[in-house]
Amino acid sequence: MSVATERQDPGPAAAGVRRSGEPPGPRRPAPGTPGRGRLTGAAPYLLLLPALVATVLLLGWPLVKDGLLSFQNLNMRQLIQHLTEWNGVDNYRETLTSEDFWRVTLRSVIFTAVNVVLIMLLGTLVGLLLARLGSKMRLLLSVGLVLAWAMPPIAGTTVFQWLFAARFGVVNWVLDALGWHSMAHYNWTGSQFSTFFIITLLIVWQSIPFVAINLYAATTTIPGELYEAAALDGAGTWKSFTSVTFPFLKPFLLATTFLEVIWVFKAFTQVFAINEGGPDRLTETLPVYAFIEGVGNQHYGMGAAISLLTIAVLLALTSYYLRIVLRQEEDEL
Amino acid sequence: MKRSPLARLWPNATAVVLFIGFAFPVYWMFTTAFKPTSDVISEDPVWFPTSATLDHFQKALDAKNFWTLVGNSLTVTLSAVALSLVIALLAAFSLARMRFKGRRGFLVTFMIAQMAPWEVLVIAIYMLVRDGDMLNSLLPLTLFYMVMVLPFTILTLRAYVAAIPKELEESAMVDGCTRPQAFVRVIFPLLAPGLMATSLFGFITAWNEFPLVLILNKDPEAQTLPLWLSSFQTAFGDDWGATMAAASLFAIPILVLFLFLQRKAVGGLTSGAVKG
Repeated sequence: MSVATERQDPGPAAAGVRRSGEPPGPRRPAPGTPGRGRLTGAAPYLLLLPALVATVLLLGWPLVKDGLLSFQNLNMRQLIQHLTEWNGVDNYRETLTSEDFWRVTLRSVIFTAVNVVLIMLLGTLVGLLLARLGSKMRLLLSVGLVLAWAMPPIAGTTVFQWLFAARFGVVNWVLDALGWHSMAHYNWTGSQFSTFFIITLLIVWQSIPFVAINLYAATTTIPGELYEAAALDGAGTWKSFTSVTFPFLKPFLLATTFLEVIWVFKAFTQVFAINEGGPDRLTETLPVYAFIEGVGNQHYGMGAAISLLTIAVLLALTSYYLRIVLRQEEDEL
Repeated sequence: MKRSPLARLWPNATAVVLFIGFAFPVYWMFTTAFKPTSDVISEDPVWFPTSATLDHFQKALDAKNFWTLVGNSLTVTLSAVALSLVIALLAAFSLARMRFKGRRGFLVTFMIAQMAPWEVLVIAIYMLVRDGDMLNSLLPLTLFYMVMVLPFTILTLRAYVAAIPKELEESAMVDGCTRPQAFVRVIFPLLAPGLMATSLFGFITAWNEFPLVLILNKDPEAQTLPLWLSSFQTAFGDDWGATMAAASLFAIPILVLFLFLQRKAVGGLTSGAVKG
C-alpha cells in the first residue's frame, strides 16, 4: 500500500516551503516595509475569510448560544411563549448536585476507557499481524477490515440489532448450539450490562480497522536498517519490538489514542440507536444524556448546561495530549 | 529470513478467523436482505442461502417517501461537500503558500474546530434554527454539514498544496501567468487526488450524519436516509429481511466509495486530523 508515504509527505515538504518562503532573521523585511503591495498583504486574510465566517457563524454561534441557554430557565412553556427567563447558575447547580449527572459522567468515562483500551490494544495487535502476513493473507484480512470500517454507523447498528435479536438472532443460536441453552432467546437490550456489551462490540468492531490499517502503514516506513542493527546487537523478536518498533510508533499511537478518546466519548449514533439509552436510561452516556434531558424531556436550558459540562469533561480527558499538540505546533509551524 | 511453514500457520489461521469476524456482519446483512422470509426466520440459521428474492428490496423501496429522502440526502450531502471544497481550497492555499501574521493561530483554530462537539451542540443549534424559522428545511442541514467537514478539508488540502513544489507555480508566473492563473493551470490539476479524497470523506460524514437531522427535521418529507433507516427498523420491527435490505441500500454507496478511497484514507486522516 502506497499510503504510508503520503502520511510522511506533508511534513518535509512543508518544512521546505518554510525555508524558501521565510528567510532567516536579518533578511526578513521589517513589518510595513514598502515593496509588498497592499493586496498581497490582505490576500491571505481575504482567502481565509469565507472559512472563518462560516466557522464563526455556524460553530461559534451555537457554542455561544449554548452558553447563554445554560443560564436560562427554558422549558416547553418558555419555548412556546418565546420567554427568556434568566436563572443564573441554577442549571449548573442543579446538574452538579444531582446524583444522575455524576453517575452518567462516571459511566461515560468508564465506557470511553474500556472502548479505547480495547480498540488500541486489539487494533495494534491486528496491525502488527498485518505486517507479518504474506501478501495474499494480508489482502484478505484488509478486505475484512475495510468492510467493517466502511459500514455507516447507523447501518452497522441496525445489523448488530439483527445479529443480537432475541428471536432468530444468529448470536443466540450459536450460544445455544455451544451448549449455553439459557441464551436461546436472550434479550440483549434488556439489561444495562448486555446492552453496553453490544454497543462496545459494535464500536470496537468499527474502530479497530482504522488503528490496524494505519499502524500497518506506519510500520512499513520503519527503516529496515534499524532492525538489522538490533539483530546485530543480539535482539530477539520482543527486544526488537520494544527497542525499534514501539519507539517508532509511539507518536502515532499517541495521536490515535487521542482521536479515539474523542470519537468514542462523543459517540451518539450507536449508543442512541441501539436502545435510545435504555433500559431505564441505564446506557445513557453524556451526549445522549444531554440530548434526552434537553430535547426529549424539553428542559432545554438544563440540556445546554449538561452539554457544556460534557465539553468540559472531554477537554479534561484530552488535555494532556492537547498540550503536547499545541506546544508542538508552536515549535514547528 | 525465511519462515518455516509451521511458523506461518498461526498468523494465517488468525488472519482467517479475524477476516470472518470483521466481514461476517456485512455478509449477514447482504444475505439476509436476499433470503426468502422463511429462511430469515428459520429456527436454524441458513448460513449459505440457496435461493434469493428481491421482495425485501421491493418493500424497502416502496416505503413511504423513500425517493424523496434519497433526493434530500443527495442534495444536502453534495451541496455541503461542494461548498466546503470551494471555501477550503481558498483557505488551504492561503495557509500553505503565504506567510502572514496570525497564520499559526488560524491553523490551531481549525485544528480545534475539527474536534467540535457537534453531538452535544444539537440543543443550541435547534434553538437557533427554530428562531430563524428554518426547522424542516434542508438549508440549515447543508450549512452545518458544510462546517462539520470544513476543518478537515482545509487541513488536508493544506498538506496537499504544501507538498506541491513552489517552483512549479513560480515558473508558470515567469512564463507570464498571474498568481491566480498559475494556481488554476498548474496547482489545480495536481491537487485532483487531494480534492477527491477530501470530498469523499466529506460525503461520507454528511451522508451518515444522524443527531442533527434527528432533532431539526421532524417532518418525514424533510428527513434524510439515516433517519429513514432508523425509523424503518422501528416500524418494521421483526421484518429483518426488509430491514437488512434497507440497511444494504443505505450502506452500498458508502461501501463503494470506500473501495476507491481506502488507500488515500490511510494516513491522510491522521495527518490531517492531528498534524494539519
